[in-house]
Amino acid sequence: MLFGYSWDTSHGEWAFALSILPMLLRGLVVTIEASIVGFFVAMVIGLALAALKGARSRIVAWPAAFVTEFIRDTPLLVQLFFLYYVLPDYGIILPAFLTGALALGIQYSAYTSEVYRAGIEAVEPGQHEAAKALDITPRRTFTHIVLPQAVPRVIPALGNYLVSIMKDVPVLSVVTVLEMLNVAKIIGDQTFDYLVPLSMVGALYLILTLVASAIVRIVDVSLPKRGLSLR
Amino acid sequence: MTEPIIAFDKVVKRYGSHIVLDELDFSVAQGEKVTIIGPSGSGKSTVLRILMTLETISGGVIYVGGEPLWHERKNGDLAPAGEAHLRKMRTQLGMVFQQFNLFPHMTVLRNLTEAPRSVLGLSKAEAKARAEELLKLVGLTEHADKFPGQLSGGQQQRVGIARALAMRPRIMLFDEPTSALDPELVGEVLTVIRRLAEEHDLTMLLVTHEMRFAREISDRVCFFDKGKIREEGTPDEIFGNPREERTRQFLSAVREGK
Ligand SMILES: Nc1ncnc2c1ncn2[C@@H]1O[C@H](COP(=O)(O)OP(=O)(O)O)[C@@H](O)[C@H]1O
Ligand SMILES: [Mg+2]
Repeated sequence: MLFGYSWDTSHGEWAFALSILPMLLRGLVVTIEASIVGFFVAMVIGLALAALKGARSRIVAWPAAFVTEFIRDTPLLVQLFFLYYVLPDYGIILPAFLTGALALGIQYSAYTSEVYRAGIEAVEPGQHEAAKALDITPRRTFTHIVLPQAVPRVIPALGNYLVSIMKDVPVLSVVTVLEMLNVAKIIGDQTFDYLVPLSMVGALYLILTLVASAIVRIVDVSLPKRGLSLR
Repeated sequence: MTEPIIAFDKVVKRYGSHIVLDELDFSVAQGEKVTIIGPSGSGKSTVLRILMTLETISGGVIYVGGEPLWHERKNGDLAPAGEAHLRKMRTQLGMVFQQFNLFPHMTVLRNLTEAPRSVLGLSKAEAKARAEELLKLVGLTEHADKFPGQLSGGQQQRVGIARALAMRPRIMLFDEPTSALDPELVGEVLTVIRRLAEEHDLTMLLVTHEMRFAREISDRVCFFDKGKIREEGTPDEIFGNPREERTRQFLSAVREGK
Protein backbone atom coordinates (compact mmCIF):
# COMPACT_ATOMS: atom_id res chain seq x y z
CA MET A 1 0.00 0.00 0.00
CA LEU A 2 1.23 3.42 -0.94
CA PHE A 3 -0.73 6.66 -1.28
CA GLY A 4 -3.87 4.58 -0.79
CA TYR A 5 -3.14 2.41 -3.84
CA SER A 6 -2.23 -1.24 -3.53
CA TRP A 7 -0.07 -3.30 -5.85
CA ASP A 8 -1.05 -6.43 -7.68
CA THR A 9 1.71 -9.02 -7.42
CA SER A 10 -0.30 -12.10 -8.39
CA HIS A 11 -1.28 -11.53 -12.03
CA GLY A 12 2.09 -11.17 -13.74
CA GLU A 13 4.46 -8.35 -14.58
CA TRP A 14 2.06 -6.26 -16.65
CA ALA A 15 -0.65 -6.24 -14.04
CA PHE A 16 1.97 -5.33 -11.46
CA ALA A 17 3.28 -2.51 -13.64
CA LEU A 18 -0.22 -1.17 -14.18
CA SER A 19 -1.00 -1.31 -10.48
CA ILE A 20 2.05 0.69 -9.43
CA LEU A 21 1.73 3.27 -12.20
CA PRO A 22 -0.53 5.60 -10.16
CA MET A 23 2.02 5.56 -7.32
CA LEU A 24 4.88 6.39 -9.64
CA LEU A 25 2.83 9.16 -11.23
CA ARG A 26 2.33 10.65 -7.76
CA GLY A 27 6.10 10.56 -7.42
CA LEU A 28 6.46 12.07 -10.87
CA VAL A 29 4.30 15.03 -9.85
CA VAL A 30 6.59 15.63 -6.87
CA THR A 31 9.63 15.38 -9.16
CA ILE A 32 8.13 17.97 -11.50
CA GLU A 33 7.17 20.25 -8.64
CA ALA A 34 10.64 20.07 -7.11
CA SER A 35 12.20 20.76 -10.50
CA ILE A 36 10.05 23.79 -11.14
CA VAL A 37 10.56 25.27 -7.69
CA GLY A 38 14.28 24.53 -7.88
CA PHE A 39 14.53 26.04 -11.35
CA PHE A 40 12.70 29.16 -10.25
CA VAL A 41 15.05 29.55 -7.27
CA ALA A 42 18.06 29.01 -9.55
CA MET A 43 16.80 31.67 -11.98
CA VAL A 44 16.27 34.25 -9.23
CA ILE A 45 19.37 33.61 -7.12
CA GLY A 46 21.48 33.14 -10.25
CA LEU A 47 20.42 36.54 -11.53
CA ALA A 48 21.18 38.13 -8.19
CA LEU A 49 24.62 36.52 -8.09
CA ALA A 50 25.30 37.60 -11.67
CA ALA A 51 24.33 41.17 -10.88
CA LEU A 52 26.53 41.22 -7.77
CA LYS A 53 29.48 39.64 -9.55
CA GLY A 54 29.29 42.39 -12.15
CA ALA A 55 29.26 45.17 -9.57
CA ARG A 56 31.99 47.74 -9.89
CA SER A 57 32.66 47.61 -6.16
CA ARG A 58 34.97 44.74 -5.30
CA ILE A 59 33.51 44.52 -1.82
CA VAL A 60 30.33 43.35 -3.53
CA ALA A 61 31.70 41.46 -6.51
CA TRP A 62 34.30 39.42 -4.71
CA PRO A 63 32.07 37.72 -2.09
CA ALA A 64 29.53 36.94 -4.82
CA ALA A 65 32.24 35.28 -6.89
CA PHE A 66 33.39 33.37 -3.82
CA VAL A 67 29.89 32.16 -3.01
CA THR A 68 29.41 30.99 -6.59
CA GLU A 69 32.67 29.11 -6.54
CA PHE A 70 31.88 27.60 -3.15
CA ILE A 71 28.47 26.39 -4.27
CA ARG A 72 29.88 24.94 -7.45
CA ASP A 73 32.72 23.13 -5.76
CA THR A 74 30.65 21.38 -3.10
CA PRO A 75 28.37 18.39 -3.78
CA LEU A 76 24.64 18.92 -3.90
CA LEU A 77 24.26 16.32 -1.18
CA VAL A 78 26.43 18.31 1.22
CA GLN A 79 24.34 21.42 0.69
CA LEU A 80 21.17 19.41 1.07
CA PHE A 81 22.30 17.90 4.37
CA PHE A 82 23.41 21.29 5.53
CA LEU A 83 20.01 22.84 4.91
CA TYR A 84 18.15 19.83 6.26
CA TYR A 85 20.12 19.15 9.43
CA VAL A 86 21.78 22.46 10.30
CA LEU A 87 19.10 25.06 9.62
CA PRO A 88 16.74 23.60 12.25
CA ASP A 89 19.44 24.31 14.85
CA TYR A 90 18.90 27.96 14.05
CA GLY A 91 15.14 27.68 14.33
CA ILE A 92 14.54 27.45 10.58
CA ILE A 93 12.48 24.35 10.01
CA LEU A 94 11.35 23.85 6.45
CA PRO A 95 9.40 20.91 5.04
CA ALA A 96 11.65 18.31 3.39
CA PHE A 97 10.27 19.15 -0.03
CA LEU A 98 11.04 22.84 0.29
CA THR A 99 14.48 22.18 1.73
CA GLY A 100 15.25 19.90 -1.19
CA ALA A 101 13.96 22.26 -3.85
CA LEU A 102 15.90 25.10 -2.25
CA ALA A 103 19.11 23.06 -2.20
CA LEU A 104 18.65 22.23 -5.88
CA GLY A 105 17.98 25.86 -6.69
CA ILE A 106 21.02 27.10 -4.80
CA GLN A 107 23.26 24.50 -6.40
CA TYR A 108 22.11 25.44 -9.88
CA SER A 109 22.18 29.17 -9.21
CA ALA A 110 25.96 28.88 -9.45
CA TYR A 111 25.55 27.65 -13.01
CA THR A 112 22.74 29.97 -14.04
CA SER A 113 24.66 32.96 -12.68
CA GLU A 114 27.46 32.13 -15.14
CA VAL A 115 24.92 31.89 -17.95
CA TYR A 116 23.44 35.27 -17.04
CA ARG A 117 26.94 36.69 -16.72
CA ALA A 118 27.85 35.56 -20.23
CA GLY A 119 24.62 37.06 -21.57
CA ILE A 120 25.26 40.33 -19.77
CA GLU A 121 28.82 40.54 -21.04
CA ALA A 122 27.70 39.84 -24.59
CA VAL A 123 25.72 43.10 -24.65
CA GLU A 124 27.76 45.48 -26.78
CA PRO A 125 29.87 48.13 -25.04
CA GLY A 126 28.16 50.68 -27.30
CA GLN A 127 24.95 50.12 -25.35
CA HIS A 128 26.63 51.18 -22.12
CA GLU A 129 28.21 54.14 -23.85
CA ALA A 130 24.92 55.32 -25.33
CA ALA A 131 23.24 55.00 -21.95
CA LYS A 132 26.02 56.91 -20.25
CA ALA A 133 25.94 59.65 -22.89
CA LEU A 134 22.24 60.03 -22.12
CA ASP A 135 23.06 60.21 -18.41
CA ILE A 136 20.99 57.13 -17.61
CA THR A 137 22.03 55.80 -14.19
CA PRO A 138 24.13 52.60 -14.06
CA ARG A 139 21.35 50.84 -12.20
CA ARG A 140 18.71 51.70 -14.76
CA THR A 141 21.10 50.86 -17.56
CA PHE A 142 21.40 47.39 -16.05
CA THR A 143 17.70 46.80 -15.49
CA HIS A 144 16.26 48.51 -18.58
CA ILE A 145 18.95 48.24 -21.22
CA VAL A 146 21.33 45.39 -20.44
CA LEU A 147 19.04 42.75 -18.90
CA PRO A 148 16.25 42.97 -21.49
CA GLN A 149 18.86 42.24 -24.15
CA ALA A 150 20.78 39.62 -22.18
CA VAL A 151 17.96 37.49 -20.77
CA PRO A 152 16.20 36.48 -24.02
CA ARG A 153 19.53 35.36 -25.42
CA VAL A 154 20.24 33.02 -22.49
CA ILE A 155 16.81 31.40 -22.20
CA PRO A 156 17.84 28.27 -24.14
CA ALA A 157 20.94 27.84 -21.97
CA LEU A 158 18.89 28.34 -18.80
CA GLY A 159 16.30 25.88 -20.09
CA ASN A 160 18.93 23.18 -20.39
CA TYR A 161 19.49 23.47 -16.67
CA LEU A 162 15.80 22.74 -16.05
CA VAL A 163 16.42 19.30 -17.54
CA SER A 164 19.56 18.84 -15.44
CA ILE A 165 17.66 19.80 -12.31
CA MET A 166 14.99 17.20 -13.08
CA LYS A 167 17.66 14.54 -13.25
CA ASP A 168 19.07 15.61 -9.87
CA VAL A 169 15.76 15.47 -8.03
CA PRO A 170 16.31 11.82 -6.90
CA VAL A 171 19.00 13.13 -4.56
CA LEU A 172 16.15 14.58 -2.49
CA SER A 173 15.07 11.03 -1.59
CA VAL A 174 17.78 10.98 1.08
CA VAL A 175 15.82 13.58 3.03
CA THR A 176 12.60 11.57 2.67
CA VAL A 177 11.08 13.47 -0.24
CA LEU A 178 8.73 11.07 -2.04
CA GLU A 179 9.87 11.85 -5.55
CA MET A 180 9.61 9.25 -8.26
CA LEU A 181 12.76 7.24 -7.57
CA ASN A 182 12.06 7.11 -3.86
CA VAL A 183 8.56 5.79 -4.59
CA ALA A 184 10.05 3.11 -6.87
CA LYS A 185 12.51 2.12 -4.18
CA ILE A 186 9.79 1.78 -1.56
CA ILE A 187 7.76 -0.38 -3.94
CA GLY A 188 10.82 -2.54 -4.56
CA ASP A 189 11.56 -2.86 -0.84
CA GLN A 190 8.04 -4.09 -0.18
CA THR A 191 7.46 -6.32 -3.19
CA PHE A 192 11.04 -7.54 -3.72
CA ASP A 193 10.63 -6.57 -7.37
CA TYR A 194 12.94 -3.71 -8.21
CA LEU A 195 13.21 -4.34 -11.94
CA VAL A 196 9.72 -3.26 -12.93
CA PRO A 197 9.44 -0.04 -10.88
CA LEU A 198 12.98 1.06 -11.75
CA SER A 199 12.45 0.39 -15.45
CA MET A 200 9.28 2.42 -15.29
CA VAL A 201 11.13 5.27 -13.60
CA GLY A 202 13.65 5.22 -16.42
CA ALA A 203 10.92 5.33 -19.04
CA LEU A 204 8.98 8.06 -17.27
CA TYR A 205 12.18 10.09 -16.90
CA LEU A 206 12.87 9.78 -20.59
CA ILE A 207 9.40 11.06 -21.42
CA LEU A 208 9.71 13.84 -18.85
CA THR A 209 13.02 15.19 -20.10
CA LEU A 210 11.97 14.96 -23.74
CA VAL A 211 8.81 16.93 -22.99
CA ALA A 212 10.73 19.47 -20.93
CA SER A 213 13.29 19.98 -23.71
CA ALA A 214 10.48 20.46 -26.22
CA ILE A 215 8.81 23.05 -23.97
CA VAL A 216 12.08 24.94 -23.58
CA ARG A 217 12.47 25.01 -27.35
CA ILE A 218 8.90 26.21 -27.89
CA VAL A 219 9.31 28.97 -25.29
CA ASP A 220 12.54 30.04 -26.96
CA VAL A 221 11.01 30.19 -30.42
CA SER A 222 7.79 31.90 -29.38
CA LEU A 223 9.46 34.39 -27.07
CA PRO A 224 8.71 37.94 -28.20
CA LYS A 225 11.96 39.01 -29.79
CA ARG A 226 11.10 42.70 -29.52
CA GLY A 227 13.48 43.87 -32.17
CA LEU A 228 16.37 41.72 -30.97
CA SER A 229 18.17 39.54 -33.42
CA LEU A 230 19.07 36.72 -31.11
CA ARG A 231 21.60 34.86 -33.11
CA MET B 1 34.77 87.53 -27.32
CA THR B 2 32.96 85.45 -24.72
CA GLU B 3 34.68 82.56 -23.03
CA PRO B 4 34.79 79.31 -25.02
CA ILE B 5 32.18 76.67 -24.30
CA ILE B 6 34.82 73.96 -24.62
CA ALA B 7 38.45 74.44 -23.66
CA PHE B 8 41.19 71.80 -23.53
CA ASP B 9 44.17 72.93 -21.49
CA LYS B 10 47.24 70.75 -22.13
CA VAL B 11 45.15 67.60 -22.13
CA VAL B 12 47.04 64.33 -22.13
CA LYS B 13 45.55 60.91 -22.83
CA ARG B 14 47.68 57.83 -22.48
CA TYR B 15 47.00 54.13 -22.80
CA GLY B 16 49.92 52.62 -20.96
CA SER B 17 52.95 54.15 -22.61
CA HIS B 18 51.04 55.00 -25.80
CA ILE B 19 50.33 58.74 -25.93
CA VAL B 20 47.08 59.41 -27.75
CA LEU B 21 46.60 63.10 -26.91
CA ASP B 22 49.79 65.04 -26.41
CA GLU B 23 49.24 68.19 -24.30
CA LEU B 24 46.34 69.17 -26.50
CA ASP B 25 45.15 72.77 -26.43
CA PHE B 26 41.86 73.19 -28.19
CA SER B 27 38.82 75.38 -27.76
CA VAL B 28 35.39 75.83 -29.25
CA ALA B 29 33.21 78.94 -29.03
CA GLN B 30 29.55 78.89 -28.11
CA GLY B 31 27.54 78.00 -31.24
CA GLU B 32 30.61 77.20 -33.27
CA LYS B 33 30.57 74.27 -35.71
CA VAL B 34 33.97 72.62 -35.71
CA THR B 35 35.00 69.67 -37.85
CA ILE B 36 37.88 67.43 -36.87
CA ILE B 37 39.64 65.62 -39.67
CA GLY B 38 42.73 63.48 -39.63
CA PRO B 39 44.13 60.02 -40.26
CA SER B 40 42.85 56.97 -38.43
CA GLY B 41 44.33 56.66 -34.94
CA SER B 42 45.15 60.36 -34.66
CA GLY B 43 42.93 60.78 -31.58
CA LYS B 44 39.77 62.28 -33.10
CA SER B 45 37.34 59.91 -31.41
CA THR B 46 39.28 60.18 -28.19
CA VAL B 47 38.61 63.93 -28.06
CA LEU B 48 34.87 63.35 -28.35
CA ARG B 49 34.81 60.37 -26.02
CA ILE B 50 36.67 62.29 -23.33
CA LEU B 51 34.19 65.14 -23.65
CA MET B 52 31.30 62.67 -23.31
CA THR B 53 33.09 61.26 -20.21
CA LEU B 54 33.36 57.83 -21.84
CA GLU B 55 37.14 57.97 -21.38
CA THR B 56 39.11 59.52 -18.55
CA ILE B 57 42.02 61.89 -19.07
CA SER B 58 45.60 61.31 -17.97
CA GLY B 59 46.54 64.96 -17.54
CA GLY B 60 45.51 68.56 -18.10
CA VAL B 61 42.13 70.19 -17.59
CA ILE B 62 39.03 70.42 -19.76
CA TYR B 63 36.47 73.17 -19.27
CA VAL B 64 32.91 72.90 -20.48
CA GLY B 65 30.81 76.02 -20.06
CA GLY B 66 33.58 77.47 -17.90
CA GLU B 67 33.48 74.59 -15.42
CA PRO B 68 36.10 71.86 -15.24
CA LEU B 69 34.70 68.64 -16.71
CA TRP B 70 36.94 66.05 -15.10
CA HIS B 71 37.65 68.04 -11.93
CA GLU B 72 35.78 69.72 -9.15
CA ARG B 73 36.85 72.90 -7.48
CA LYS B 74 37.66 72.22 -3.82
CA ASN B 75 38.90 75.16 -1.72
CA GLY B 76 40.42 76.77 -4.78
CA ASP B 77 42.11 73.56 -5.92
CA LEU B 78 41.07 71.13 -8.63
CA ALA B 79 40.30 67.62 -7.42
CA PRO B 80 39.22 64.67 -9.57
CA ALA B 81 35.49 64.85 -10.24
CA GLY B 82 33.01 62.58 -8.48
CA GLU B 83 30.15 60.83 -10.21
CA ALA B 84 27.61 63.52 -9.25
CA HIS B 85 29.68 66.22 -10.90
CA LEU B 86 30.14 64.12 -14.05
CA ARG B 87 26.41 63.47 -14.21
CA LYS B 88 25.69 67.17 -14.03
CA MET B 89 28.29 68.00 -16.68
CA ARG B 90 27.10 65.27 -19.05
CA THR B 91 23.67 66.84 -19.39
CA GLN B 92 25.24 69.60 -21.49
CA LEU B 93 26.52 67.19 -24.11
CA GLY B 94 24.94 64.80 -26.55
CA MET B 95 26.70 62.23 -28.71
CA VAL B 96 25.99 60.50 -32.00
CA PHE B 97 27.93 57.29 -32.56
CA GLN B 98 29.36 55.74 -35.69
CA GLN B 99 27.55 52.48 -34.92
CA PHE B 100 24.33 54.28 -33.86
CA ASN B 101 24.12 52.31 -30.60
CA LEU B 102 20.35 52.47 -30.51
CA PHE B 103 18.60 50.34 -27.90
CA PRO B 104 17.48 47.41 -30.07
CA HIS B 105 14.78 46.14 -27.70
CA MET B 106 12.97 49.48 -27.57
CA THR B 107 10.79 51.06 -30.21
CA VAL B 108 12.03 54.23 -31.88
CA LEU B 109 9.70 56.26 -29.69
CA ARG B 110 10.93 54.53 -26.54
CA ASN B 111 14.55 55.16 -27.59
CA LEU B 112 13.70 58.85 -27.61
CA THR B 113 11.66 58.96 -24.40
CA GLU B 114 13.70 56.66 -22.15
CA ALA B 115 16.28 59.19 -20.97
CA PRO B 116 14.03 62.28 -20.92
CA ARG B 117 11.67 60.38 -18.65
CA SER B 118 14.13 58.57 -16.39
CA VAL B 119 16.82 61.26 -16.25
CA LEU B 120 15.03 64.57 -16.74
CA GLY B 121 11.83 63.38 -15.11
CA LEU B 122 9.51 64.42 -17.93
CA SER B 123 5.99 63.02 -17.83
CA LYS B 124 5.02 60.40 -20.38
CA ALA B 125 3.05 62.95 -22.37
CA GLU B 126 5.81 65.57 -22.30
CA ALA B 127 8.45 63.07 -23.38
CA LYS B 128 6.22 61.78 -26.15
CA ALA B 129 5.50 65.27 -27.42
CA ARG B 130 9.20 66.08 -27.44
CA ALA B 131 10.00 62.82 -29.24
CA GLU B 132 7.36 63.37 -31.88
CA GLU B 133 8.65 66.84 -32.57
CA LEU B 134 12.16 65.44 -33.05
CA LEU B 135 10.95 62.58 -35.23
CA LYS B 136 9.35 65.19 -37.45
CA LEU B 137 12.65 67.07 -37.57
CA VAL B 138 14.50 63.97 -38.75
CA GLY B 139 11.65 62.87 -41.00
CA LEU B 140 10.74 59.62 -39.25
CA THR B 141 7.27 60.34 -37.91
CA GLU B 142 5.76 57.16 -39.40
CA HIS B 143 8.43 54.95 -37.87
CA ALA B 144 7.81 55.76 -34.20
CA ASP B 145 6.54 52.28 -33.33
CA LYS B 146 9.16 50.29 -35.20
CA PHE B 147 12.22 48.68 -33.69
CA PRO B 148 15.66 49.87 -34.80
CA GLY B 149 16.31 46.55 -36.54
CA GLN B 150 13.44 47.28 -38.91
CA LEU B 151 15.02 50.52 -40.14
CA SER B 152 17.74 51.23 -42.67
CA GLY B 153 21.12 52.43 -41.42
CA GLY B 154 20.36 55.98 -42.46
CA GLN B 155 17.07 55.93 -40.60
CA GLN B 156 18.74 54.43 -37.53
CA GLN B 157 21.34 57.17 -37.46
CA ARG B 158 18.62 59.81 -37.73
CA VAL B 159 17.00 58.19 -34.69
CA GLY B 160 20.40 58.36 -33.00
CA ILE B 161 20.56 62.08 -33.66
CA ALA B 162 17.00 62.62 -32.42
CA ARG B 163 17.71 60.57 -29.31
CA ALA B 164 20.67 62.76 -28.39
CA LEU B 165 18.71 65.93 -29.09
CA ALA B 166 15.86 64.79 -26.85
CA MET B 167 18.06 65.65 -23.86
CA ARG B 168 18.40 69.23 -25.18
CA PRO B 169 22.20 69.37 -25.01
CA ARG B 170 24.09 72.60 -25.71
CA ILE B 171 26.88 70.70 -27.42
CA MET B 172 26.47 67.91 -29.96
CA LEU B 173 29.29 65.49 -30.67
CA PHE B 174 29.24 63.48 -33.90
CA ASP B 175 31.78 60.69 -34.27
CA GLU B 176 31.87 59.70 -37.93
CA PRO B 177 28.08 59.60 -38.10
CA THR B 178 27.97 58.37 -41.70
CA SER B 179 30.99 56.05 -41.82
CA ALA B 180 28.96 52.90 -41.16
CA LEU B 181 26.40 53.73 -43.84
CA ASP B 182 25.98 52.53 -47.40
CA PRO B 183 26.88 55.41 -49.71
CA GLU B 184 23.28 55.94 -50.86
CA LEU B 185 22.15 56.51 -47.25
CA VAL B 186 24.76 59.11 -46.32
CA GLY B 187 22.88 62.05 -47.83
CA GLU B 188 19.76 61.77 -45.66
CA VAL B 189 21.86 61.86 -42.49
CA LEU B 190 23.95 64.79 -43.67
CA THR B 191 20.76 66.67 -44.50
CA VAL B 192 19.63 66.33 -40.89
CA ILE B 193 23.01 67.43 -39.54
CA ARG B 194 23.06 70.37 -41.94
CA ARG B 195 19.67 71.45 -40.62
CA LEU B 196 21.05 71.35 -37.07
CA ALA B 197 24.09 73.35 -38.10
CA GLU B 198 21.74 76.19 -38.99
CA GLU B 199 20.80 76.50 -35.32
CA HIS B 200 22.97 79.27 -33.99
CA ASP B 201 22.96 78.26 -30.35
CA LEU B 202 23.96 74.65 -30.81
CA THR B 203 27.67 73.98 -30.58
CA MET B 204 28.76 71.15 -32.86
CA LEU B 205 31.89 69.05 -32.91
CA LEU B 206 32.01 66.71 -35.86
CA VAL B 207 34.49 64.02 -36.86
CA THR B 208 33.98 63.06 -40.48
CA HIS B 209 35.61 62.01 -43.71
CA GLU B 210 32.92 63.80 -45.75
CA MET B 211 35.16 66.66 -46.77
CA ARG B 212 32.74 68.45 -49.04
CA PHE B 213 30.12 68.43 -46.29
CA ALA B 214 32.67 69.60 -43.73
CA ARG B 215 33.60 72.50 -45.98
CA GLU B 216 29.98 73.44 -46.32
CA ILE B 217 28.86 73.51 -42.69
CA SER B 218 31.97 74.18 -40.59
CA ASP B 219 33.07 77.47 -39.12
CA ARG B 220 36.45 75.92 -38.50
CA VAL B 221 38.32 72.76 -39.45
CA CYS B 222 41.01 71.14 -37.31
CA PHE B 223 43.46 68.69 -38.80
CA PHE B 224 44.58 66.17 -36.19
CA ASP B 225 47.78 64.23 -36.47
CA LYS B 226 49.36 62.07 -33.77
CA GLY B 227 47.30 63.51 -30.94
CA LYS B 228 47.94 67.13 -31.79
CA ILE B 229 46.27 69.74 -33.94
CA ARG B 230 48.66 69.99 -36.85
CA GLU B 231 46.74 72.73 -38.63
CA GLU B 232 43.46 74.58 -38.17
CA GLY B 233 41.58 77.29 -39.98
CA THR B 234 38.48 78.14 -41.94
CA PRO B 235 37.24 75.45 -44.34
CA ASP B 236 38.52 77.51 -47.26
CA GLU B 237 41.99 77.73 -45.73
CA ILE B 238 42.26 74.06 -44.89
CA PHE B 239 40.67 72.61 -47.99
CA GLY B 240 41.62 75.36 -50.44
CA ASN B 241 45.08 76.26 -49.38
CA PRO B 242 46.58 74.10 -46.64
CA ARG B 243 49.89 75.36 -45.28
CA GLU B 244 51.21 72.08 -43.95
CA GLU B 245 52.57 69.38 -46.20
CA ARG B 246 51.04 66.72 -43.88
CA THR B 247 47.58 68.24 -44.32
CA ARG B 248 47.98 68.30 -48.07
CA GLN B 249 49.04 64.64 -48.10
CA PHE B 250 46.08 63.63 -46.00
CA LEU B 251 43.57 65.53 -48.12
CA SER B 252 44.84 64.13 -51.37
CA ALA B 253 44.82 60.62 -49.91
CA VAL B 254 41.18 61.07 -48.89
CA ARG B 255 40.24 62.45 -52.30
CA GLU B 256 41.88 59.52 -54.05
CA GLY B 257 40.15 57.08 -51.73
CA LYS B 258 36.80 58.36 -52.96
N1 LIG C 1 40.85 51.42 -25.13
C1 LIG C 1 42.02 51.65 -25.76
N2 LIG C 1 43.14 51.01 -25.38
C2 LIG C 1 44.32 51.23 -25.99
N3 LIG C 1 44.49 52.07 -27.02
C3 LIG C 1 43.42 52.74 -27.46
C4 LIG C 1 42.13 52.57 -26.86
N4 LIG C 1 41.25 53.36 -27.51
C5 LIG C 1 41.96 54.00 -28.46
N5 LIG C 1 43.25 53.63 -28.44
C6 LIG C 1 44.31 54.13 -29.32
O1 LIG C 1 44.27 55.54 -29.31
C7 LIG C 1 44.60 56.05 -30.58
C8 LIG C 1 43.58 57.07 -31.02
O2 LIG C 1 42.35 56.44 -31.19
P1 LIG C 1 41.08 57.22 -31.73
O3 LIG C 1 40.86 58.43 -30.94
O4 LIG C 1 39.97 56.23 -31.79
O5 LIG C 1 41.54 57.60 -33.20
P2 LIG C 1 40.69 58.13 -34.43
O6 LIG C 1 39.28 58.32 -33.99
O7 LIG C 1 41.35 59.40 -34.82
O8 LIG C 1 40.83 57.09 -35.50
C9 LIG C 1 44.74 54.87 -31.51
O9 LIG C 1 46.09 54.62 -31.72
C10 LIG C 1 44.09 53.74 -30.76
O10 LIG C 1 44.72 52.53 -31.06
MG1 LIG D 1 37.52 57.30 -34.62
